[in-house]
Amino acid sequence: MLIHLPVLQVIIPLLAAPLCLFLTKPRLVWLFALIVSGLAFLISGLLLQQVMTSGTIIYDLGGWDAPWGIEYRIDRLNAFLLLIISSISTIVLIAADTSIRKEIPADHHVLFYILYLLSLAGMLGIVATGDAFNVFVFLEISSLSAYALIALGKDRRALWASYQYLIMGTIGATFILIGIGLMYQMTGTLNMEDLSKRLPEVSQTRTVFTAFAFLIVGICLKLAMFPLHLWLPNAYAYAPSIVTAFFAATATKVAIYLLIRFTITVFGLSFSFTHFPLQLLFVVLGLVGIFVASTVAIYQTNVKHLFAYSSIAQIGYMIVGFSMTTMAGMTATLLHLFNHALMKSALFLALGAVMYRIGTTKLTHFQGLGRQMPLTLAAIVIGGLSLIGVPLTVGFVSKWYLVMAAIENGWWPVAALILLGSLLAVVYVWRIVEMAYFKPALAGTETIKEAPLSFLIPIWTLILANIYFGIDTRLSVQVAQAASMSLFGVTP
Amino acid sequence: MLLGHYNYWIVIVLMMIGFYIVIAHGNLIKKIVGLSIFQTSVFIFYISMAKIDGGTAPILAEGIEQYSNPLPHVLILTAIVVGIATTALGLALAVRIKEAYGSIEEEEIQNKDNLDC
Amino acid sequence: MNMSLGLMLQFSIILPLLAVIGIVLTAHKPNLRESVSIGSSILLFFLVINLYIGFQQGATISVHWWELIPGLPISFSVEPLGMLFALIASFLWVITTVYAIGYMRAHHEQNQTRFYACFAIAISSVMGITFADNLFTLFIFYEVLTLSTYPLVTHSGTEEAKKGGRIYLGILISTSVVFLLLAIISTWFVAGTLDFKPGGIFSPDVNKTVAGTLLVLFVFGIGKAAIMPFHRWLPAAMVAPTPVSALLHAVAVVKAGVFSILKICVYIFGIDLLAVLPSTQFLLYLAGASILLASLVAMRQDNLKARLAYSTVSQLGYITMGALLATSSGVIGSSMHIATHAFGKITLFFCAGAILVAAHKSKISEMRGLGQQMPITMAAFFIASLSIIGVPPAGGTWSKWFLLMGTIEAEQMILMSVLAISSLLNIAYLLPIPFHAFFSGDKVTTPGSGIKEAPLPSLIALCLTTIGCVILFIFPQPLYELSQAIVESAGFTHGK
Repeated sequence: MLIHLPVLQVIIPLLAAPLCLFLTKPRLVWLFALIVSGLAFLISGLLLQQVMTSGTIIYDLGGWDAPWGIEYRIDRLNAFLLLIISSISTIVLIAADTSIRKEIPADHHVLFYILYLLSLAGMLGIVATGDAFNVFVFLEISSLSAYALIALGKDRRALWASYQYLIMGTIGATFILIGIGLMYQMTGTLNMEDLSKRLPEVSQTRTVFTAFAFLIVGICLKLAMFPLHLWLPNAYAYAPSIVTAFFAATATKVAIYLLIRFTITVFGLSFSFTHFPLQLLFVVLGLVGIFVASTVAIYQTNVKHLFAYSSIAQIGYMIVGFSMTTMAGMTATLLHLFNHALMKSALFLALGAVMYRIGTTKLTHFQGLGRQMPLTLAAIVIGGLSLIGVPLTVGFVSKWYLVMAAIENGWWPVAALILLGSLLAVVYVWRIVEMAYFKPALAGTETIKEAPLSFLIPIWTLILANIYFGIDTRLSVQVAQAASMSLFGVTP
Repeated sequence: MLLGHYNYWIVIVLMMIGFYIVIAHGNLIKKIVGLSIFQTSVFIFYISMAKIDGGTAPILAEGIEQYSNPLPHVLILTAIVVGIATTALGLALAVRIKEAYGSIEEEEIQNKDNLDC
Repeated sequence: MNMSLGLMLQFSIILPLLAVIGIVLTAHKPNLRESVSIGSSILLFFLVINLYIGFQQGATISVHWWELIPGLPISFSVEPLGMLFALIASFLWVITTVYAIGYMRAHHEQNQTRFYACFAIAISSVMGITFADNLFTLFIFYEVLTLSTYPLVTHSGTEEAKKGGRIYLGILISTSVVFLLLAIISTWFVAGTLDFKPGGIFSPDVNKTVAGTLLVLFVFGIGKAAIMPFHRWLPAAMVAPTPVSALLHAVAVVKAGVFSILKICVYIFGIDLLAVLPSTQFLLYLAGASILLASLVAMRQDNLKARLAYSTVSQLGYITMGALLATSSGVIGSSMHIATHAFGKITLFFCAGAILVAAHKSKISEMRGLGQQMPITMAAFFIASLSIIGVPPAGGTWSKWFLLMGTIEAEQMILMSVLAISSLLNIAYLLPIPFHAFFSGDKVTTPGSGIKEAPLPSLIALCLTTIGCVILFIFPQPLYELSQAIVESAGFTHGK
């Protein structure tokens, strides 16, 4: 049983999705989905433990040897990602039943869980597989279900946002497909491990350059890197709250994973960063992304929009860390991957609770909410502080490592800019704080109560995780370091 | 030399046509048509890449030494399924958008959204 | 007392946090809630006294919590400078709590539970700062202090308070995140450690330009020290209720700032290195400019609290300057000034608050003749002013004396004259207030208008701190010994 864990990780949610159809009662389906996601969480935990102790796990699908068969290859990096995705998915799902009853028409509830599980399976698949074409297939599974999930949003603008995301996402995925095709043409293999061995022989050909360019652009579209981020704000803002909480924490992270996997494992660091001005490009775009997106976030009137732009800014930090091409930079990026997932899922879930109680997330409706929903708003404040990077929260840990990595690289101005950028977060977080705590409540809102427990439990689980991993960083830092070591081929 | 790679030229032309339609047209259905052409060009690219001069269909038989590569065909079968799913979803969204906004023109939809804000 | 000293050290940080829980739980019973506040403040002072006794007997007290980031532990230890600051802060917390009860009730303030709770968190973080064993621990509590005092500044919730809060938070967070954090991370990178060590942590052959840049980053980064041009938050914070201005913005917060600077100068850079850094000179002049300019601005303020705030900016300049002088007298003067200025300034704020509560006056021009109705308050104001100016019979005399000596030792004649001029300016902006209150010919307030002295708890508090000012003059010995111990532990070689 234990040796089949890598495939079970993906196959359980994938098979569970259609099974939902047989359990026609939404409550039952919710419970089922929760159990499935919990199982995935359990498996990913076991996998991580296994990988940390005994090294990379190689699993040949159907017993066919690589490179003919599809291979699942779990090293420290994917195990870490798998854990992030499945844990966040499980915690977020706890609130799903309550939340979607307010936001999605009753006859769509079962469909919602099917899509949710499919999307989860897709993301887990992207991360678990060691086959380039398999990546594309899982990417489309997760994306197609994502488009449909976003379209379930209450507002009609959700449809439009979903449509735009569909167009952009499909272009991105097709670019990735072209890249994979060109690589296959040159090497005759789709297995990533195999590709990384064969690509150097042909690395000086234009075909490989083209393949690389298509792949990078396609992935950057998916990860909403500035300036390819246009689809993200509306998609996050109008999707059902649960969907936003789940995607904000995981979807872009998976794309970052792909970026790291392809540039570093498949193409190799020296190819990726010497033939292209990738480093300069990513540093600049990352920094510009931080500043532009944070500034735009300040001017948003809808809090969901605000945090969506903040997500784009946070992606900028990860990109900057990535572009350093050092182990310290990679550790910072991976750490922030994990930490940002914790912050954003908590924040968007808390917004879901606000949505549940007052039916909107417009900033003006936050007036005086600090008294009416003290626990929810306290969660938003702590999540916000974490976003800013205040000590004793996870945000501080990632900032510390990122700045440290920049200084190690001798990039002093970058270090200063990273810190300066985090000040913008103070501004947009504080707009919410002032609104919620220092303004009297709007007339006619006296009846607003604290969010139900089904919200508070997952929100506070995540918030406490935000604090816990900000105080005791051993686990997260150790795993992130181990992952980046394995990426750079250093044995710990 | 240039004509020798005519399959690539077809792929590139189709791809650009598809891409152009996606970007330039405001009609949601046309955009999806463009997207389909765009994807199809990539399918053709994969399939033409598998063809080997003088190779036959990959069926084991006496006296045949050279086969075309079957793997890209298989891959593209999957990709076609994905493409159909995408098109279907896109069209479904277009229907819903038409119901919600009363239009499938990008500009009109955006105007209505701006009015909402 | 059977508690070990290490345990006491931890309790001095945790106790105020426990008080927060108590305060929140007793939110609906104001008398009980205030008892919790007073009780815990007295207990804290008791703990600190015990620590002091143990420390005087030569015990080394240190506690190691856990490593927040590998290689960077949260740990605490007691050293003379921290001991000094802890004694002042915990003692004045007791008095301020007494004062606050009278003030807050007489003033019918809202959200009193939030007020007392945030106050206790602030004190806890001050204790964390005082006993921090490394720069990292100090930084964490420094940030907690900023955040926990924000709700106190915006306490009234008015538009003006929010604006003040924005400036407060804006400047303190920006400076600490951009300059201080950068400086700390860089220091860790350059020196490989962040522990406070006598004599500094940089190797002697460290690049002078890098170290000099770091010093500038540190001094600017510690916005709480209110060196111009990062002083604007202090006047902005005056929208807070007076007890907050008194304890936090005359003692705890600003002193945490200069304390950090002093500690960084002595234990991170080391006096020897400091003396040869190229940027020290620049920063000294900046501190000098800060002293003079703030004094000049203070003269133009008609709002009493604003005038006191600018006076604080100016006095903080003294302490920063003393630290940067890199001489033993300078450091002794600086650390003594932390204490003497604390007592003087808190008294002045107590008086300002008492006048606000009893006479509803905040403008200096309206305070003429007030000495007849509020003689005790005005007398206290007079004595405290003397302490700020630095003339007998008040404690400020000694610290100013040592600071002056420090400038002479360092052969900084310009700075010496800055100190002299500034003392004159102090006289010019402080003494007219009690003078007009007692001897003004044209009385704005007529006798019998119903103005009496402030509520008894407030009055007791301000009398106690006034007596403190005088005692510091008569018995400066313990204070001097602690300051001397700093210099000895820092291992001076220069300027002796």
